[in-house]
Amino acid sequence: MLRTWRQRITATDIVVWAIGLAIAVMVIYGSIKTLALGKYDAATWIDLTITGLALGGVYALIALGYTLVYGILRMINFAHSEVFMSGPFTAAFAAEALARVGWWNTYPLLSLLIVTVVSAGVSASIAILLERIAYRPLRGAPRLVPLITAIGASFFLQYTFRGLYGSGLKGYPDMELLKGFFMLGSIRVFKTQATVIIGAFVLMLILYAIVQRTKMGRAMRSVSEDKEVAALMGINVDRTISSTFFLGGISAGLAGILYLLLFPQAHFFMGFIPGLKAFTAAVLGGIGNVPGAFLGAMVLGLLESVGPSLFLDGMGIPAAYQLKDAIAFTILVFILIFRPTGILGEQLTQAKA
Amino acid sequence: MRTPTTQSPWKQAIQTGLIAGAVAVLLSLVGMVAAFKARYIISGVFTMGQVLFLAPILMMTYFMIRRISPQPTRTVLISGLLAGLAGGVVLAALILLGSIIDLQAMFINASPELYRLLAFGQSMVPGLVILLVVCMIMGVLAGAIFIIPSRLRASIIQALLWITLVGLLRDLILTVTNRWGPVGRLVKALFAPSGLTIVGALIVFILIAGIYYWRMGQPARQSSAFQLGGSSTQKPLVRWLTIGGIILLLLLLPPILGIFFSDILDTVFMYILMGLGLNIVVGFAGLLDLGYVAFFAIGAYTMGVLTSPELNANPMTYWQALPFAMIACVVSGVILGLPVLKMRGDYLAIVTLGFGEIVRLLALSDWLRPWFGGSQGIQLIAQPRFGNFVLNTQQELYYLFLIGVGIVAFVAWRLRDSRMGRTWMALREDEDVAIAMGINHVATKLMAFATGALFSGIAGTIFAAKLQSVYPHSMNFLVSINVLSLIIIGGMGSIPGVFVGALVLMGSPELLREFAEFRYLVYGALLMAMMLTRPEGLWPDARRRLELHEEEIAAKARAEVETAAMGSTK
Repeated sequence: MLRTWRQRITATDIVVWAIGLAIAVMVIYGSIKTLALGKYDAATWIDLTITGLALGGVYALIALGYTLVYGILRMINFAHSEVFMSGPFTAAFAAEALARVGWWNTYPLLSLLIVTVVSAGVSASIAILLERIAYRPLRGAPRLVPLITAIGASFFLQYTFRGLYGSGLKGYPDMELLKGFFMLGSIRVFKTQATVIIGAFVLMLILYAIVQRTKMGRAMRSVSEDKEVAALMGINVDRTISSTFFLGGISAGLAGILYLLLFPQAHFFMGFIPGLKAFTAAVLGGIGNVPGAFLGAMVLGLLESVGPSLFLDGMGIPAAYQLKDAIAFTILVFILIFRPTGILGEQLTQAKA
Repeated sequence: MRTPTTQSPWKQAIQTGLIAGAVAVLLSLVGMVAAFKARYIISGVFTMGQVLFLAPILMMTYFMIRRISPQPTRTVLISGLLAGLAGGVVLAALILLGSIIDLQAMFINASPELYRLLAFGQSMVPGLVILLVVCMIMGVLAGAIFIIPSRLRASIIQALLWITLVGLLRDLILTVTNRWGPVGRLVKALFAPSGLTIVGALIVFILIAGIYYWRMGQPARQSSAFQLGGSSTQKPLVRWLTIGGIILLLLLLPPILGIFFSDILDTVFMYILMGLGLNIVVGFAGLLDLGYVAFFAIGAYTMGVLTSPELNANPMTYWQALPFAMIACVVSGVILGLPVLKMRGDYLAIVTLGFGEIVRLLALSDWLRPWFGGSQGIQLIAQPRFGNFVLNTQQELYYLFLIGVGIVAFVAWRLRDSRMGRTWMALREDEDVAIAMGINHVATKLMAFATGALFSGIAGTIFAAKLQSVYPHSMNFLVSINVLSLIIIGGMGSIPGVFVGALVLMGSPELLREFAEFRYLVYGALLMAMMLTRPEGLWPDARRRLELHEEEIAAKARAEVETAAMGSTK
């Protein structure tokens, strides 16, 4: 027994596990040290947690696009971060126009609705065009080919929008309705954060229901199981793939509006980091798995906002918040190494190469 | 894939024209047309800006006509005309829309100046008419090019491409030929202050078209694209003379080109160095690495940390630090390689991307500032010296790059044909089969990562020495994308492809400053276009090309066998 076990372990496994163990020890040591030092009070931790949940909500909506597309095409839609950028960047112009005519604060809900529709519409159209022009002709090509196309598409879109709308920051007007905070018991909650958390949760439920309950969702799930058999059952595979991109685009556009509520500045490069993190979230939860994307996103959002203060501060690292992106990427790397199927496992894709 | 369509040619022509018009509008709105407005190709006649909005119409109409190949000549010309008209209408619609509402509030480039450029400098009504007429001429021209015999067509297309190229590269050509005395003056007469003169364009046209026409008339030689190493059939003496000539030319380039162009050449050579490294990882071994900049950064930073008196009490010289930098790169290549051994293509891409970002974020952080200088970077990095002679100008550093590229290209070339190279390719083509055949995939993959990291690290050390400083901001993801683009566009797995890719992709933004702003837009579009139409790249590697066109080649072979069999049974 021991012998077979020893035979199965290779030198690389040992190295990898040693690195993993070292990081785990560092995290635990850092956390204990931070808590022992008592540098932050409970209110700060709760603040950080709420920020993390709001971030997680945004990541969850973006991650949905990655997960759905991966489930159906087995490819990482690298350009999804640009799908996410295109909607809110365009909607910023609508918001500006609404603010200029004074609707932004007199009819806040209607304005938000208009902006959201613009954002989701633009993102969804970009996603559908992307699939139609760049990905459809490459179905069945060697693995690297669509991936490189996706990288190319990502840069093409990024710099096209830079050319169209300029390279500067596009400010997003403040909304009176969402200014300030309210108290929930003794906890201070910013209105924007509350809106984002509730909005993301509700939207995620709706989108999940679409995937699980509607005819379109059923078609999507069957195509992700087996394209040929789905086609034999009378499902229009091309249209189903288009509708997957459509749904992913819509959710990315919605995520964009929520993201702008948290960070009210749109620019052409805004998609890259959130896109990468949302991908991390999708992998963390188990790619191809919708509840997994939500769970992964929440975990990642929390780790990212609480993590630097909790793990790194205690070790005496100055300006630990600078490393929050590094934490997210480290999580990505380690999830992919130790548990590439994620927390909940890959659900949509039972049998895959 | 392409099924014969039953749609009427008219409908297709209009559809194509509308799409081409939309492309032209996009190029106008992202600012490319306006950016190239002063870059004349033929002086006083037309500019690169005009080429940019007319070329989509011409090219897409031509490809549409070639695809449906309508029968009578009349139909060809009329469908060309229709497509041109449709494209022109889209452009005209942009001008009309822009004159009614203020598009500039949203699209920063939708300025009155753009509309004037699109209307060929005329006022509203005559401008629109001219635009429509020119677009229709483009459409008819596309039809006409299709009708004429193929030998003439190929010559004309080549000549037009060369006119554009020569017109754009005016400054470079003149810098070189200026020293040639009477020949130089003759060449100079062809050029205006910007672009070619009309006479010059005609001469280039006749010259190039003539050469191509004559060459295509020669009995066709065996196409060398599918052969491994096309030069192996030549006489050894000729081969050595060619190689010697190229080396001599490379050695003489900096004095010929002057400081400005030598600097561009340095950049190109630095990317060739990195490209050769990434070519091993992506091209040979098929491991898509998006965090390649990490090794470049590690090389540059090791050099900086070891040689800068800012961070180091007893700084080393460049040559003392070089081996340490190389070791650091190899070790980090192995460290990255170990955990990702089991990963598949797209996961690997993301992990390496994450790795690259982590390296940059760490270099940028205040935490490691005492060692790496944080956002201030490292200054006062040592420059390579031989005795008392310090390599510090662009022209002198060129030789360092040249030596580096020479050694690395030789190593890469020998590695490709070595046992290791063939193992890499086996892994690329089918990992499971390769492992089943007894290939040690751990050692093979690690070797690929380590070699790639080493080459990139060498580029990093020279980069650090050239600028005498490193900053975390110059180690961003875009560097990885530059390198990836150049090896993919040059041809994955192809060593000459790296040179071609680096010259085209890294040279052009430096030579045409207007282009620099749009480089990533163009790279992105090129990556997509390349993958969709010619995944093997501009200068493909024979083996890789076979792999990508496996089915087509097999089908062709089958068809040949079948026809042969048919013939024998008769």
